[in-house]
Amino acid sequence: MFQTFNWFDVLFLLKAAGWTVLLTIVAFVGGSLLGGIIAVMRVSALAPLRVAAIAYIQVLQGIPLLMQLFLTYFGLSLFGISVPGFFAAGLALSLHSSAFLSDIWRGCLESIPRAQWEGSAAIGMSRFEQLRYIIVPQAVRVAIPPTVGFIVSMVKNTSLASIIGFVELARAGQIVNDATFQPIKVFGTVALIYFALCIPLSILSRHMERSLARRLNVHRNVELGI
Amino acid sequence: MSIVTLNSVSKSYGTVPVLREVSLALTPGEVVALIGRSGSGKSTLLRCVNALERVQSGKIVVDGIEVTSPSADLRKLRQTVGIVFQSYNLFPHYTAEGNITIALTVVKKVPKREAVEIARAALERVGLADKAASFPHQLSGGQQQRVSIARSLALSPKVMLFDEVTSALDPELKDEVLGVMEGLAAGGMTMILVTHEMTFARDVAHRVVFMHGGRIHEEGPPKKLFSAPETPELKQFIKRIF
Repeated sequence: MFQTFNWFDVLFLLKAAGWTVLLTIVAFVGGSLLGGIIAVMRVSALAPLRVAAIAYIQVLQGIPLLMQLFLTYFGLSLFGISVPGFFAAGLALSLHSSAFLSDIWRGCLESIPRAQWEGSAAIGMSRFEQLRYIIVPQAVRVAIPPTVGFIVSMVKNTSLASIIGFVELARAGQIVNDATFQPIKVFGTVALIYFALCIPLSILSRHMERSLARRLNVHRNVELGI
Repeated sequence: MSIVTLNSVSKSYGTVPVLREVSLALTPGEVVALIGRSGSGKSTLLRCVNALERVQSGKIVVDGIEVTSPSADLRKLRQTVGIVFQSYNLFPHYTAEGNITIALTVVKKVPKREAVEIARAALERVGLADKAASFPHQLSGGQQQRVSIARSLALSPKVMLFDEVTSALDPELKDEVLGVMEGLAAGGMTMILVTHEMTFARDVAHRVVFMHGGRIHEEGPPKKLFSAPETPELKQFIKRIF
């Protein structure tokens, strides 16, 4: 006998959505730390660092996220390390997002005109100081829209963690559906929750873009109407 | 005693030679104008002096710093040799004053308060004291170029390099920049400038160097060089310009 989809199920879904959010945060923070380092390596003056960064990005971008999840989850247990689903999913998603974020940010760093590198080199700045004071502050503004876009897709990608048994929003939806067999109502609600999570991010992105534009006073794009 | 010495400097991009055995020496306070067609190697030569470009052979020494040595202290060199570019290269996210103080606080570790004073003085020197709080995009090309000169001057260099600094400016804006440079020259700054402003080269430079095919083709005092060029290449160049 099936039970009917009710408010308790919605609450259960909302609680699971909390895990989705947490997983996204872990993946973003982990991916940013690692991705930031990889991005700087990617624009380094030293060829071995550049090559290492390219290899890292290519390998991780070339493997489906699902395989990465399987490999981290089962791979770690192969070494006798039994990890909870959240840890494995967090790790796999961090690695995955680091590869994409570093590539996005590399593009932003490279979009800063060569004249800025030259101007800062000419006053005696070291490579690190050039990045820290001149290049990165200008690249940040360029980076916001694609970065938020990536976070939005990451919120949705966390649903893949359901495959290794971690109960986040998508997995919770499956569980509720198995009990109620009202797929339209259940997955419709799940879809709505995902949507509600992503929309504020897009709004926040637009807001941050504007306020940073004011702060950095980069006029160029305003004139171009971007 | 010379402050800048280039000894038999050669450089090529791949198989294309851009500088061939160039030798040049400047005494302190000397103003040298590099002239020649585009592609003759004048900008490259200038950029080699502060190691923005590396040379393949030959030796460059500036104020005792061996620029061409792989272990050259670039930080020290670039405080000794200032360069101003055709495209200003100001930092768009800093004000005019910020463009100068960032150079002082980061590179020279000058305390912020002192850096602001130096920046104000440098802006005053180029006649832009009232533009300290303006961002580059709020300034005209000529004003941006003067801020750029002030940024270099604030580091108290001993030698200044100018790479076609007025080429991107409207005629009426050129004069304000040339005026600042003239003042610097009169104040005894050692200067090398790549320029297409022949009148300026004639009036301000102590020596004019004509480059052709990556070599110093002819050089001498401006009056002599412009009125009685010896080589046919320079004759032709001057005929085209005037």
